[in-house]
Amino acid sequence: MTSATKKPCIVGIGESEFTRWGGITDCSQFQVTAEAILAAVRDANLDPEDIDGFASFSNDSNEAMLMQVALGVPVVRWTSMVWGGGGGGSTGAVAQACAAIEAGHAETIVVYRGLCQGQTRRFGKFGQGRTHGNFVSPFGFFAPAQMLAPLIQRFMHDYPITELHLAEIALSGRANANRNPRAVMGGRELNLDQYLSSRWIAEPLRLYDCCLETDGAAAVVITTRERARDLPGPVVEVLASAHGSGPGWGTGPLGSHNMPDEDYCSTNNKQNARTLFAKAGLTPGDIDVAQFYDHFSGLVLMALEDFGFCGQGESGAFVEEGNIRWEGGKLPINTSGGQLSEAYVHGVNLINEGVRQLRGQSTSQVKDAQTCLVTGGLGVAPSGGLILGRV
Amino acid sequence: MSLFPETMPRPEPNMDDAGFWEACSNRRLAFQSCNDCHTLRHPPTPVCPKCRSTHVHWQEAPEIGEIFSFTRIHHASHPAVSDQLPYIVAIVTFPELPGIRFISNVTETDSIHIGMQVRLWWDDIGDGVYIPRFKAI
Ligand SMILES: [Zn+2]
Repeated sequence: MTSATKKPCIVGIGESEFTRWGGITDCSQFQVTAEAILAAVRDANLDPEDIDGFASFSNDSNEAMLMQVALGVPVVRWTSMVWGGGGGGSTGAVAQACAAIEAGHAETIVVYRGLCQGQTRRFGKFGQGRTHGNFVSPFGFFAPAQMLAPLIQRFMHDYPITELHLAEIALSGRANANRNPRAVMGGRELNLDQYLSSRWIAEPLRLYDCCLETDGAAAVVITTRERARDLPGPVVEVLASAHGSGPGWGTGPLGSHNMPDEDYCSTNNKQNARTLFAKAGLTPGDIDVAQFYDHFSGLVLMALEDFGFCGQGESGAFVEEGNIRWEGGKLPINTSGGQLSEAYVHGVNLINEGVRQLRGQSTSQVKDAQTCLVTGGLGVAPSGGLILGRV
Repeated sequence: MSLFPETMPRPEPNMDDAGFWEACSNRRLAFQSCNDCHTLRHPPTPVCPKCRSTHVHWQEAPEIGEIFSFTRIHHASHPAVSDQLPYIVAIVTFPELPGIRFISNVTETDSIHIGMQVRLWWDDIGDGVYIPRFKAI
């Protein structure tokens, strides 16, 4: 049982500027990441000396122990890295930080992710040495868009899901980005004709179904509720966190598609969703706004089903009715523009947007939002989610 | 002529999957089967996920498979495929081999659909290495 004084809260969020891929050339990825962390610490009205833990995921190359030196953090008491590539561990890193705080290993932890892909490698490009690479690379299966496309193909075969439903994810995200000055696609409108005439990447995914490739960094500061209460700024509580993986997903979309038949058209979150809502004592109907990990449009549709906002195969009808739109929707999603249209910081920018909604600071603010679901990378292993609540 | 140019990544067999590629070099597509509980598995792993036995034999797949799902790829994520666009990557299953899903290519067709039957062919990529691919029947 978590004692009330140690219930973890998010007290600070920070970001660098977001640019197109390769856009940040005047300072290093490490500097960009350090500055995002400092921005989050300032946002929390804390000092770097207050930090005593770091967590990240996806083998983030901005090493915590080097970050400690760079930021002048005197004592680190805890660090963690979530297994798995891509954004699967974004909310998992927050879950780990919460567990460490609840257990008393550390008091104030920064979760961060920084990637300037122009300086390292291009994400959509072939990565050497992937586990089970022998069973994908010689066949031309290289990038996540290609590897996740068959799930969406099968999903559209088994259920009444059409290209118009995929389009709705892209168009809704872009409309939200158009209200967000931080968004890389902020000034660029997108209509259905442009969507439908955009080039194929890996069928059934078109260009606008795929997340951006951007440079940038994002960070969140998590601390105990007791500490949070002493800070002047707004406090957002982590009502529940869960991360994990179902059977076969470790060699799932990025391997030999070994998920069970009944889970094939899913995001590897059915179990995580049950755990999450049970821990929070809430149901999907209690969620006011959601930030789904939108690397690829079709997975967001599946996530609406996995997290219980509609039934299996009903996500197409759900979005067609306007339910995910900021204006008038039952469940506005990806209100910053998400990773399709704001920036691709492996999901940490989605966590930040969830916090903004509960502070009343979003550029697509859901009126009086009390609860926000944020997911980690969908369809990979592990995946996961958070339910954030206004205190 | 092989499907992709010689700059295409080649399998680099390791201790866990060497048996698979050894069978391929003899133009046999074979999957791991547990000696103790007969559960099939792929990609190769050292332990049976059902009974945890480490004893295996290699069970040969039939020549005819079925498309479980697929994607037609239009974007080159590796220079070796730049001149081959678009190409099809499919998840192939075999009614005789429950639990096996195999990633491969489907060639010699412009149309493909889920449930379609495909036939195994061997792509000679040189140095005695053969890649199992499929074509429309
Ligand atoms: Zn066995």
